[in-house]
Amino acid sequence: MTQRKRLSNVQSSSQSKRQSNSFMTQEEDEDATFTQPSTSQVQRGLEKLTAAQVDQKTAEVVQYILVKDQKKIPVRRADLVKHVIKDYRTVYPEIIKRAMLTFEQVFGLKLVEIDSKNHMYVLVNNLDASTARPSPVERPSNPKMGLLFVILSVIFMKGGVVRENLMWNTLKKLRVDPGQRHEEFGDVRKVITDEFVRQRYLEYVRVPHTEPVEYEFRWGQRSDMEVSKAQILEFMGQLLEQDPQSWTQQYREAHSTASSSQASSSNHR
Amino acid sequence: MSRELGDGHRRFLQTLMAVGVTDEQEARALYQHCCDTHTMQCIPDKLDEFIEAINSRLQPMFMQIRKGMSEENGRQYYALVNMAETDITRMTSDYADNELELFRKTLDLIVSSENGKASSTDILNSTDTMTSKKLKKSETEHLLTRLVQDNWLCERRGEYTLSTRCIIEMEPYIRTMYQEQVKVCHICHNIAFQCQICENPSCGIKIHNPCVARYFKGRVEPRCPACDDFWPHEIPEVRGLRSQSKR
Repeated sequence: MTQRKRLSNVQSSSQSKRQSNSFMTQEEDEDATFTQPSTSQVQRGLEKLTAAQVDQKTAEVVQYILVKDQKKIPVRRADLVKHVIKDYRTVYPEIIKRAMLTFEQVFGLKLVEIDSKNHMYVLVNNLDASTARPSPVERPSNPKMGLLFVILSVIFMKGGVVRENLMWNTLKKLRVDPGQRHEEFGDVRKVITDEFVRQRYLEYVRVPHTEPVEYEFRWGQRSDMEVSKAQILEFMGQLLEQDPQSWTQQYREAHSTASSSQASSSNHR
Repeated sequence: MSRELGDGHRRFLQTLMAVGVTDEQEARALYQHCCDTHTMQCIPDKLDEFIEAINSRLQPMFMQIRKGMSEENGRQYYALVNMAETDITRMTSDYADNELELFRKTLDLIVSSENGKASSTDILNSTDTMTSKKLKKSETEHLLTRLVQDNWLCERRGEYTLSTRCIIEMEPYIRTMYQEQVKVCHICHNIAFQCQICENPSCGIKIHNPCVARYFKGRVEPRCPACDDFWPHEIPEVRGLRSQSKR
């Protein structure tokens, strides 16, 4: 719906905006036509542009990605090129490099390519959350993130993959029924199998060779980067009054360097 | 001049991005918190310099942390604003076109009103003249609730005012769009919605309620600072004094 609107019409006045939205919403895959320019091409491209032009374009890219991030929708390189980069595609690598630097140096965020085939980017928090004490200024919490946390916990505790039926049954026990409208989440099934999937928090894929067709859930790439498994285990420990270390396998996974360093910056964004 | 930022600056900025606006007291506490978390030196009276450092790096991105006064309580607030889009387009990722039209209509009503307020009835009636897809009564009510939740409007007893964050963020837009109608406070020179107006027809200056409170505090016979006529309005109490600056 609304998230399809492009920030690239920021420059247009509010009057002309209504019209421009209509053609901005088209979802075309232009990526096929976009080839990464070579270093020498970039160099030549830069020579034709003023520093101010490159700065301006970088700022537009940063803004575009920040707006997308509010909805947690990954940014496709194709969209970025089409709606923001436009005539600057020859210097794309330079602009994205500067945008990444800005995210790191100014915002404490990291722009990560989560899908190198389709070229999708997300922003993850670069600030270490493990040292952070509770902030005096409370951030507005999104109730859906609570639901997500539960789902991720179930998947993690079940060894990384969970069949759809089991997930629905578990949620039903928590009075969240995918068949019924939930007052906070609305269409629960849609939130879980569509919204969370588009946001790359979850993977929802068909199990091969099943009749009738069955689906299963896994952690999505964004969860791998943003959500700390150690925190989930901590949460489960509190919930079930059990020592997190008693789940040997999960504990090992949560505290292996690979997973914990990646997601040191937790889920509170 | 742009300065090097530390993680404390970044955490401060991230929090402000998430909440949109904080009052001065919260901002001070947050400043302290960010410095403590990232073992940076925290100098209590240097909050504005701390923010200035962030702003120096935000400026190329057309963003800024801006300070402004609440018309309600006279306290100072900090808001993260987007200068690339000083108009309502900032809201486009959250609102549909017809919802934005209704917001503009609400803005019209508030700017042209005497007291900086628009009643829910007037807002509901204004849907009659919408040019984009007309909003139903229930949709309008739902939208108004959302605008309050998202901190663009405030509501009290069926009357809507612009939130502090909205005024800080949209001041340039309002000044250009409503050049003729816009009122400016005689004391603080900022844009004024909820204010008192000098009743001398040849004067008619406006003063924010909190500015009135501060300006006339302790004066026996309040007189207009411009024309020296008697100031006939009730002088509000000075509220929201920085009483708890213990931290």
